[in-house]
Amino acid sequence: METVLEVQELSKFFGKICALKRVSFSLFSGEILGIIGPNGAGKTTLINCLLGLVSPTSGKILYFGKDFFKNRSWILSRINFASNYVALPLSLTVEENLLVYAYLYGIKKPQDQVAEMLRIFELHEKRKKRTRTLSSGQMMRLCLAKAFLNSPRILLLDEPTAGLDPEIAQKTHRLISSYARQKEMAVLFTSHNLTEVERISDRILILQNGKVKALGKVPELLKEFGSQSLEELYFGLIS
Amino acid sequence: MNLRRVFAIFLRQLYLYRRSFTRILDVFYWPTVDLLLWGFVTLYLEKAGAQMPQYVSFFLGGLILWNILLRAQQGLSVSFLEDIWARNLLNLFVSPLTLNEYLAGLVLVSIVKVVIAFVVMTTLAALFFGFKIFVLGTSLLPFILNLCALGWAIGLVTMAAILRFGQEAEILAWALSFLFLPVSAVFYPVDVLPEMLQKIAAWVPSSYIFEGMRKVLLVKAFEKTLLLKASLLNLAYFFGSYFLFLDTYRDALKRGTIPKIGE
Repeated sequence: METVLEVQELSKFFGKICALKRVSFSLFSGEILGIIGPNGAGKTTLINCLLGLVSPTSGKILYFGKDFFKNRSWILSRINFASNYVALPLSLTVEENLLVYAYLYGIKKPQDQVAEMLRIFELHEKRKKRTRTLSSGQMMRLCLAKAFLNSPRILLLDEPTAGLDPEIAQKTHRLISSYARQKEMAVLFTSHNLTEVERISDRILILQNGKVKALGKVPELLKEFGSQSLEELYFGLIS
Repeated sequence: MNLRRVFAIFLRQLYLYRRSFTRILDVFYWPTVDLLLWGFVTLYLEKAGAQMPQYVSFFLGGLILWNILLRAQQGLSVSFLEDIWARNLLNLFVSPLTLNEYLAGLVLVSIVKVVIAFVVMTTLAALFFGFKIFVLGTSLLPFILNLCALGWAIGLVTMAAILRFGQEAEILAWALSFLFLPVSAVFYPVDVLPEMLQKIAAWVPSSYIFEGMRKVLLVKAFEKTLLLKASLLNLAYFFGSYFLFLDTYRDALKRGTIPKIGE
């Protein structure tokens, strides 16, 4: 499998506070990697570093074998991001929002791609509606539609289902995993929900106090740490 | 009326102001600027005496050109704020968009705002007061370009302040330009100002533009040295503010404050 993201010895200090300490891992093409950890573990800092919103104190981030900070624009055109905490302008219509991002991501036929995303994410009927009129589930679908616009090779998701009801959250998972498998897209996502992480991830990474506590496939990790369930493993590691 | 609740509201505001330098500044800012501005206008009117009809041209010309600066500045800083208010900044900054592209986009927005304001104001001035801004002739274009450049420079400083101090600095988007108003000599000549403020005005590019405008209206002569001084100062202002913004952005990346802006 092709390595699409390689994180090498990544550290981030905010003054004397250590948010990430020598974090290393790889992400492979078509793989779904779930990152879990308690509040303050460094999940969001890690995602922010991977998106270039926070500059690391040391370490390297390589996408497709290229240094992120030297090839920022090129790399960002091949990845995308969605979070339940980051909205799209509420005054714009659903279609307008997607069109703005289609142009930002240099999509060749923006109208066609937007129409395709509206169809996939079942937002076609809402296309002329102001974004502020969407429900939280529809809003998340819109954010995902924006995230899939450029057919990214890597998708970074920060707690994509936080605040969604279980039914919508499950639908969102199905959308992410089926689209990811179909397009051979790598997905890195953070979550607090152990069940969803176990269900859709190929591998998991457990972070605590900015350090990697465990990384691997769930059955292998359970065997390695002698745990019966992911919950037992997780609480054993973070306590 | 429950006085405890009234007091609680007062206390809440007191806490807010106690921790916010910009809000405290705001309390003193507008009265000071207004007092200075209209005080100098009155002083000038007293001195001008018999030349009152010319003053209408000076005032309207000044007002139109001042609005160019203001719209150019707000086109940058308020548009930036719009992205913050919409919690959209993160989506933009994780897209392939470069910082220079983002700034160029905002400059474009500001040009549109300048054009609209200019068209509306020149039309109204011609319709209601018979004042035609185009009497400024070929000097009008360099005047406009210089005022836009200063507006963008102020806009970049405002954006840098918002990046550095967060949303509580957003008041600067409306206020910072007005700091330049008294020493820009928009509605009165520089020599009306006290000596100390004249020295400050010498370092403000817009003061040369408004002096130049009055010269064109008064003696129909375009003084190139005024324009040259304004342009050189504007270059320094523009690049100074641009590098300040870049530096603040890099610092925000290190401090990890960009994802928190607008929260």
